[in-house]
Amino acid sequence: MNTAQQACVPEDTAGVGSLAMPRPFWPPLVAGIVLGLVLLLTFVLTGHGLGATGFFTRLAAAGAAEAAPTTLGSGSYFAPLLEDGRPLSSWITWQVLGVALGAGLAAWWGRRFRFQFDGSRGLGTPRRAAVALIGGLFAGFGARVSAGCTSGLGLSGAAVLSLAGFAFLVAFFAVGLIASRLVRSV
Amino acid sequence: MMIPGGDVASGLLCGALFGFVLENSGFGSPSKLTGQFRLTDWSVFKVMFTAIVVAAIGLHLLTLAGLLDADGLFVPPAVLIAAAIGGGLVGAGFAVGGYCPGTSVVGCVSGRLDALLFLVGLLAGTWMFAAGFDVLVPLTKAGEVGTADTLPELLRVPPLVIDGVLLAMAVAIFFVAARFERQGPGPVTAQQAVAGESPNPAL
Repeated sequence: MNTAQQACVPEDTAGVGSLAMPRPFWPPLVAGIVLGLVLLLTFVLTGHGLGATGFFTRLAAAGAAEAAPTTLGSGSYFAPLLEDGRPLSSWITWQVLGVALGAGLAAWWGRRFRFQFDGSRGLGTPRRAAVALIGGLFAGFGARVSAGCTSGLGLSGAAVLSLAGFAFLVAFFAVGLIASRLVRSV
Repeated sequence: MMIPGGDVASGLLCGALFGFVLENSGFGSPSKLTGQFRLTDWSVFKVMFTAIVVAAIGLHLLTLAGLLDADGLFVPPAVLIAAAIGGGLVGAGFAVGGYCPGTSVVGCVSGRLDALLFLVGLLAGTWMFAAGFDVLVPLTKAGEVGTADTLPELLRVPPLVIDGVLLAMAVAIFFVAARFERQGPGPVTAQQAVAGESPNPAL
């Protein structure tokens, strides 16, 4: 922060005490321990771990049933999900809705909610929009090949010491390291 | 264990706690997330590894105490090449797009419109996969290990031995991370994340 900016901001002697200041993030060790306990609770209550892409697959199936019922909607991948006519009726839908509620509450409580196009400052809005879309495309396609994403296979799969979970994580970090050196992004 | 309200109650509860921790970790911010791959912000490694160790040890202690039936837990099948290809693609998407599927939800509800675009990309990627599914079936079954689904089964060691190794790795990660974070610009702070700043202009 330069001095010109500082002059515009009211004196903040208490540091994080100011109303305008976002609360700091939790230390990673604390966040990791709490996340581990939440994951443990999920296993105890449901017998499986946490996830995310299960919901997006069901949402994609529901969209395909609406927009392309005779082609994609009746294709072999989505058909089993659409059999009972209620593709979104599943535990994972409630869990992802919960993630949105819990994260929204945390952002509000932490004074960290702000409408923005994050990353556009360094990349420009068109490039940021393009890499966000392409990144999502890769992640969406990839998570279907592995039948799980960072949460479902990486985190929850590794917690039960599964080979698939560790294979996912090793490849995830190796390719991520390389990709971040090849493509300029946020 | 069943709780009243079944799917709805346990889904909302576990999800809300998950989302609350993710946002408080800073994982709604794409520059904080990709900082892991630039090796300037090690929060992703630290949080994930700590959580895996805590949950794994917790599961084994509950099992030893007779409070949990380990056979009832879902273990993903060991289809290792499919898991690695998917992991690589999700890793590439994470490095390029700034999110993974779960964290893009956190980005959205903290006001980030770029996270919404990532979500649109996720759906498009899922449609592409579904459209090509008949051709892709062999890929989803590649590298299946028939004999073991878990590391303790494969190596024939007690699960707590693997937990110990993971714990040692987690401690090592915190030491390595401290070195890298001292040399570079350091972890992305909440203030930088909210302002949409990245302390490390990439490349």
